[in-house]
Amino acid sequence: METVLLEMRQIDKRFPGVKALSKVDFTLKAGEIHSLMGENGAGKSTLIKVLTGVYPKNGGSIKLEGKEINPGTPREAQECGISTVYQEVNLCSNLTVAENIFIGREPRKHGFIAWKEINSRAKKLLQELNVDIDVTKTLDHYSVAIQQMIAIARAVDVSAKILILDEPTSSLDEQETQRLFTIIRKLQKQGMGIIFISHFLEQIYDLCDRVTILRNGELIGTYDVEKLPKVELVAKMIGKDLSAMQDFGKMDDKSVPSDEVFMAAKNIACVGRLASMDVEIHKGEVLGFAGLLGSGRTETAELLFGVHEITKGELQVSGKKLHVADPMAAMQKKIAFCPEDRKQQGIIGDLSVRENIILAMQAKEGMFSHIPYKEQVKIADESIKLLQIKVSDREQLIKNLSGGNQQKAIIARWLATNPELLILDEPTRGIDVGTKNEIQKMAVKLAKEKGMSVIFISSEMDEMIRTCSKLVVLRDRKKVAELEGSDIDSERVMQAIAGGDA
Amino acid sequence: MDQIKKLTSSSLFLPLVALAALLLFNIIFVDGFLSIQMTEDGRLYGRLIDILNRSSSLIILSLGMTFVIATSGIDISVGAIVAISSAVVCTLIGGAGDGVAKQPMVLAMLASIGAGLLCGAWNGLLVAKFKIQAVVATLILMTAGRGVAQLLTEGQIITVYYKPFSYIGGTIPGNILPTTIFIALAMVLLVLFLMKKTSIGLFVQSVGINPVASRFSGINVTKVIFLVYAFSGFCAAVSGLIESSLIRAADANNAGLNMEMDAILAVALGGTLLSGGKFYIGGSVIGAITIQTLTTTMYAVGVASDQLPVIKAIAVILICLIQSKRFQRVFSEWKSRRQDRRQDFPQGKAVNKA
Repeated sequence: METVLLEMRQIDKRFPGVKALSKVDFTLKAGEIHSLMGENGAGKSTLIKVLTGVYPKNGGSIKLEGKEINPGTPREAQECGISTVYQEVNLCSNLTVAENIFIGREPRKHGFIAWKEINSRAKKLLQELNVDIDVTKTLDHYSVAIQQMIAIARAVDVSAKILILDEPTSSLDEQETQRLFTIIRKLQKQGMGIIFISHFLEQIYDLCDRVTILRNGELIGTYDVEKLPKVELVAKMIGKDLSAMQDFGKMDDKSVPSDEVFMAAKNIACVGRLASMDVEIHKGEVLGFAGLLGSGRTETAELLFGVHEITKGELQVSGKKLHVADPMAAMQKKIAFCPEDRKQQGIIGDLSVRENIILAMQAKEGMFSHIPYKEQVKIADESIKLLQIKVSDREQLIKNLSGGNQQKAIIARWLATNPELLILDEPTRGIDVGTKNEIQKMAVKLAKEKGMSVIFISSEMDEMIRTCSKLVVLRDRKKVAELEGSDIDSERVMQAIAGGDA
Repeated sequence: MDQIKKLTSSSLFLPLVALAALLLFNIIFVDGFLSIQMTEDGRLYGRLIDILNRSSSLIILSLGMTFVIATSGIDISVGAIVAISSAVVCTLIGGAGDGVAKQPMVLAMLASIGAGLLCGAWNGLLVAKFKIQAVVATLILMTAGRGVAQLLTEGQIITVYYKPFSYIGGTIPGNILPTTIFIALAMVLLVLFLMKKTSIGLFVQSVGINPVASRFSGINVTKVIFLVYAFSGFCAAVSGLIESSLIRAADANNAGLNMEMDAILAVALGGTLLSGGKFYIGGSVIGAITIQTLTTTMYAVGVASDQLPVIKAIAVILICLIQSKRFQRVFSEWKSRRQDRRQDFPQGKAVNKA
């Protein structure tokens, strides 16, 4: 149990202009689940990338079972026995499950691929993880949770010493998460060392044995999870002392909406996306869309923003009927939308932070006009200061920022357009506790101080309950309940989501 | 030191180095490469001017191509559009032996540019609106375009005897430099103006990097893509004017033949990735000049024209290798390893490309 599997000592990593890791130690024992925690930009991902050979390190040593290793590519790391399952499942959805597991290392017979063997081995492998599915079907038949497990099966089969799970639960629901945990525990018993990265504190406490905390690229310490109270953990992550932490998580009062209705959706629907939705959004209101993934919350937001066209029902903005055919039509009515999938729908990775921030504003001004460079700089600098976006300078490429800072830049992009309705779809997914809190507070503040209407969508119940003055609950692409004021508590919401009454 | 670093990290640095190396080769091995003389009728001539003159139409093509490629598209129909544009202008002016124009030349030129725009708009429609893959969509016009040009010229090579027509590809009397250089310059200035005074550059890059996010930011992706193809058609038409004026004829089969490949190559040499995103207008211009210099050099040192493609290919491989990030890294790792062996501490020049 106590054998040391992996020893990283004095790891240094520099990027041009930034010290990403500075003398970081990390030890992983066989048969333990070890969490790596820290705020965005603390160096978690960098440490993992150094370990898996994505980045070369600038100093320090890595020892695996006492032998020094120096993986230069992810493949070399894999050959040493280090496998990673990333947040976004990186499998091929058009291949079968079995093909996905054995792609690139297919067992062969007389030089030809042995399909029977592939399928039977894949089946067996998944059964060991308690996943009983048809491995000859293509991957897109299965939910993200199952895909996640297939990714794990592949990782485990490729090499079986260290398994790194980077935010594996961010797109899973409670039940799926538990199922994943069962699998992780099973692998733990087989003596595998598991590095588990997650932003969900409960999951860390539920699953992990030890936790290593990083902050600003430096090691804060390694602790037994049992002996470290949650508040203290958070305090260590964000570097504030305990007394300041007492109100951490407590929100100021919620925003009180005015009587004026900004937008009203009457029975809107879109074939294949949303069955029916009826909602009014007042000025100065933080309205939440609660529900499970695929319940219609994102779909509603996309309809309001004109990503897809409404096929039935009508939309009114400030009392006037409106047809939103595309995002620009919504933007003209001062509606802004931070989409759920930051990487695919939010950032323009190879553009600078400045360009990303002014993009929506420029789109609104039109292709044939041009916001003068000086003004762009001004807007970008103000946003960076206001939202405390951590950048080395405004010309840094946005893809090099951490997730939370990317999210802030996207929010800044929309705030620059002076919206009256801001739709935030999962603004806090995959980002750290401190930034999460900042974003929640900001949503309330915008509603309160500027009278902005805010639609807040999140999978995290706590967050919704703390932030929203009104909650619309969706299930099966339909609105099933509306909760207001003191009616908003987790039990009622849960019940509505699960379909207890309604 | 910082300034040197800034210089070497500039996107134009490598394309310029490639061109400079070629020029240096020429200066050493080609007699009188740098000399520029005046002819009796008051025109300047010399190899340098010749290179600029002959690269003009490629420069113009590569301007349009740069935008297309930046949206992660490609336009392989530009050569055919050159042929159509040539056919239109020559047919309208007419091949009368007495040198009289059927239609006013200005009108013919405008019609020819209009035809190019139309072709570009057709490509844009297919790619932007109907979401046909760019290669396939422009392949249609690439193959059909020469047929269209044949139809216009009724299968003939129309030779134009109208004198002013030759001024486009030649020299306007009284001018000391070929007109083509001015046309290319005007086109480059037009593009620079668009880059400076509009947001087309930003939107094109944005669409090329992430079309979904661009749409979510309110950019009309369809319109942007449509416009870049239309612009590419426009550029091809202008090139068509030059190409036809150079030979004073419309040759539907050969006008602009394989020029699309040279244009794509020019863009690639200029440092713009074919996967789209960031683009470098200056790089493309230098790329086009580099390709022409290479051709001129080969002729100058006596390489037969049928062997030219081989030499060209070798030169292109070298240039691409120099520009490849991967190759740079391998090279600098090799260098630092060699240094490590010499002195005993393991710190080479760190090359971090996140």
